[in-house]
Amino acid sequence: MRFLTDRKRAAGLGSAGDGVHHWWQQRVTAVALVPLALLFLFPFARALGSGHEAVLAAYGKPFNAIVAIAFFAAAFAHLRLGLQEVIVDYVSSHGMRAALLVVNTLACWLLGLAGIFAVVLIAL
Amino acid sequence: MADVNRGNRPLSPFMLGKYYRFQISSLTSILHRITGVAMGGAALLVVWWFLAAATGPAAFARADWVLTSWLGHLVLIGALWALFYHLLNGIRHLVWDAGHGFDLETAARTGKGALIGSAVLTLLTVIIVAMG
Ligand code: HEM
Repeated sequence: MRFLTDRKRAAGLGSAGDGVHHWWQQRVTAVALVPLALLFLFPFARALGSGHEAVLAAYGKPFNAIVAIAFFAAAFAHLRLGLQEVIVDYVSSHGMRAALLVVNTLACWLLGLAGIFAVVLIAL
Repeated sequence: MADVNRGNRPLSPFMLGKYYRFQISSLTSILHRITGVAMGGAALLVVWWFLAAATGPAAFARADWVLTSWLGHLVLIGALWALFYHLLNGIRHLVWDAGHGFDLETAARTGKGALIGSAVLTLLTVIIVAMG
């Protein structure tokens, strides 16, 4: 039993401290990913194994490049939120939880930016 | 909301088995989590492949060889199924969030739809891509 009134809980935005922000961001990125994942999938699957020149040509096209960049942005934002939820569910030690959440955030940003940078390099 | 039982009731996760009979909704739920995390691993491979393509022919040849190897194909087709399953079940989640499809019959039907639909879409995609 905790000595916290329901009004205090509401004003403090609940146990996560950020209200519905995380939940809402996950929905927004999920909606974005429905078209983006499908648009990303087919040019990527065709480019696989087609040779270096063909890959450079495929992602030299603005449409494919922009789709790939938007896909990486949405997917890694969504992955960060999703893995955060998994970590919070299974890791209860506060120190370990905080450390994993930091690693998760940094790794997802790093990979997302690396993917976007690679597509930009190919496209330009 | 007054909640007299806060703190000493069984809480998610780890509900399966002891508190919760295994059924199609448990299966679709845990698969959503497994496919989400697994796609994180696949995303690593995809980013590596793009970075290699941006780096040059030698680096690209190495990454492309790994992804199109026997094992690479197996992993990528697994990731393809994960994507289709997670996408279909994700839409199911979004529909629930909008307040629809919660009754047991509908939930079981859409769950089966996500399972069967993802297998069919994976097969179709593999065929379409393999035929060029
Ligand atoms: C293709 C379109 C996608 C849709 C519609 C979608 C939808 C969703 C939704 C609605 C959730 C929240 C589920 C819940 O509240 O329990 C979720 C969770 C998650 N998603 Fe996605 N997603 C998509 C793509 C992806 C991709 C590409 C990745 C990985 C790179 C991913 C990784 C995750 C992870 C790790 C979670 C957390 C799972 C959990 O908490 O159990 N999703 N997704």
